Amino acid sequence: MDYQFDFVLVLRSLPVLLRGLLVTVELWVPSIFIGLCAGFLLSLARLSKSPWLRMPSLFYIELFRDTPVLIQLIWFFYAFPIIIGVQLSPFAAALLGLALNTSAYSAEIFRGGIQSIAQGQWEGARALGMRRSKILQRIILPQVFKRMLPAFTNRAIEVAKMSSLASVLSVHELMYQGRLLSSTYYRPLEILTTVAFIYFVLIYPGTWLSARLERRLAAKA
Amino acid sequence: MTEPILRVTDLQKYFGDLHVLKGIDFSVEAGERIAIIGGSGSGKSTFLRCLNFMEMPSGGTIALDGKPIGKPHGRDGARRYPESELCTVRERVGMVFQQFNLFPHMTVLENVMEGLLTVKGMRNAAARERAVRELEKVGLGTKLDAYPGKLSGGQQQRVAIARALAMEPEILLFDEPTSSLDPELVGEVLRVIRQLADEGRTMLLVTHELGFAYHFATKVIFLADGVFHEVGTPDDVLKNPRQERTRAFLERFTEFGF
Amino acid sequence: MSYHWDFSGVWSRWDLLLTGLVNTVKIAGISIVFGVIVGLLLAFMKLSPRRFLSVPATAFIEFYRNTPPIIHFFWFYYALPVLANVSLNPFLAAVLALSTQSGAFYAEVFRGGIVSIEKGQWEGARALGMRHSQLMRRIILPQALTRMFAPFVERSFELTKTTALASTLAYADLLYQAMLVNSETFRPLEVYTTIALMYVILLVTASTLARVAEARLTAYR
Repeated sequence: MDYQFDFVLVLRSLPVLLRGLLVTVELWVPSIFIGLCAGFLLSLARLSKSPWLRMPSLFYIELFRDTPVLIQLIWFFYAFPIIIGVQLSPFAAALLGLALNTSAYSAEIFRGGIQSIAQGQWEGARALGMRRSKILQRIILPQVFKRMLPAFTNRAIEVAKMSSLASVLSVHELMYQGRLLSSTYYRPLEILTTVAFIYFVLIYPGTWLSARLERRLAAKA
Repeated sequence: MTEPILRVTDLQKYFGDLHVLKGIDFSVEAGERIAIIGGSGSGKSTFLRCLNFMEMPSGGTIALDGKPIGKPHGRDGARRYPESELCTVRERVGMVFQQFNLFPHMTVLENVMEGLLTVKGMRNAAARERAVRELEKVGLGTKLDAYPGKLSGGQQQRVAIARALAMEPEILLFDEPTSSLDPELVGEVLRVIRQLADEGRTMLLVTHELGFAYHFATKVIFLADGVFHEVGTPDDVLKNPRQERTRAFLERFTEFGF
Repeated sequence: MSYHWDFSGVWSRWDLLLTGLVNTVKIAGISIVFGVIVGLLLAFMKLSPRRFLSVPATAFIEFYRNTPPIIHFFWFYYALPVLANVSLNPFLAAVLALSTQSGAFYAEVFRGGIVSIEKGQWEGARALGMRHSQLMRRIILPQALTRMFAPFVERSFELTKTTALASTLAYADLLYQAMLVNSETFRPLEVYTTIALMYVILLVTASTLARVAEARLTAYR
């Protein structure tokens, strides 16, 4: 193999790729934030005693978990505007798809966390005379949150990876810029490898953090 | 004097920087029943677990029938233990664990047959026959097809004893066999061990049940800080200890006695 | 909402969608098989005490876990031919991408299953005088396999959903065929909703079967 790897091209492409990275982050951070907030409410609905809250939330969660993200993004871009009668920009459609997908997955994380807290914690707090909302707020959620931290970190990693699918809707994020550059210069090896490397640098700290958190929690238990 | 079955010379064990066993010399003769007592963290379980190489000794030698196990390796007295040699040793020195360590994916009968089939290479019918016999002996002849998860702790421990016995070991090691049992289940396991004592088997028992140790043992060892502090007959060590340390240990046990 | 749903276009091209579904199942099945082979290899390499085996395996696994799947599809399709002077068709490139990335995840599933078996099980078997190979075959692996089952199924579902990315290489999977139907009928809402539901049915059926199988496997507990 005597292929000449063109490093100069990599350096020249970096500014464009980093601009793409910025858009990736603009998709990533709000998706997680919206997804977590919506996911928490969704998990309360999922744990509710009323079937009117429980069944629709279950249906919503399963729908997002049992279909490919790519189809969700395409659906929000091409199909959803027909229902609401307003055309969405590629960025808005991608953000909507990613945020709602995240809400479904984080709802399951919250639910698992709340259910994993031993009955004794509820009983101990009730024996002190605390109300249900107070128990949830002061006793259960702080424990849930700590315990769920690795799972949320994992979710954040998944969202970062998923955001690359926005390139299919022509959102000008990292993957899109990489595809564009590689076909412009006919240098897919250099450009795509660089893009993969940038993603790795973006995502690996999260994986590392999540593994550390998990080990710390396991050590405490 | 007869040659001991097992002889331990200058046994050393480190966990990292922690010096757990500090040069123990010890031997077991046929028919001896030895109870090892001591506080938690004294090294008594580690000592027992070194005898069948559940823990690898950091130094010293263990000899079976006068033949040292393993080969010298390196300069600090550590030895290397080939797998085949360890397998032979473990076949002759059986062990019963605090946590039973039954195989949850096998029935009671399969648990007892497992070693006979894989280690002894027995045929299915013969292995089955022996396994049933051992299980009947510990009073579990009616539980052959149950899975361990469905049994009480006491029953599980009796299966574990049958599993060890089926291998016909020359020495049987008990590592706190009743420590993880509910108080009302302790008796059924101790009765089985007592029955084995009556058969004249060679056994070592690490235990907190001092009353049982007194009636069971031919020799009692008080282990503290990684050395044998006091060794003697049950009467010597448990009734008339000579060492201050032993006395203090026994007093803690009898504090709330009646 | 006054939108008038009209599935007649979708119905008229159901043969295209059916072909797509068959191709999706085909590529998922083949990639699972190859992914398992890659995963087993990586797991045993990573469990090995020899560093020249465990270090490359760890690097491979971490690289794949920390980069988005879509980049692997593009890399194998556009970049690998440059490097290795072979040209791959979309199917082969997609199978390579899917089986290497799922292999990285399967490896962690397999390894996790083995290391999750309690120390007591190893000791119980060793105390009987069993050799390492016997202990692995008769005591550890049978138990590890039942523990691996659920995460293995979960990973395989992820892989099945990821096959939708093969459409970006113009492999005729369900999503690609849906795009074809859409370009003929101009009914994106109906088309994309239909294939989303087809995915749901596919995965719900598979997970029901998996649950039945798991109940049998873990009957002893």
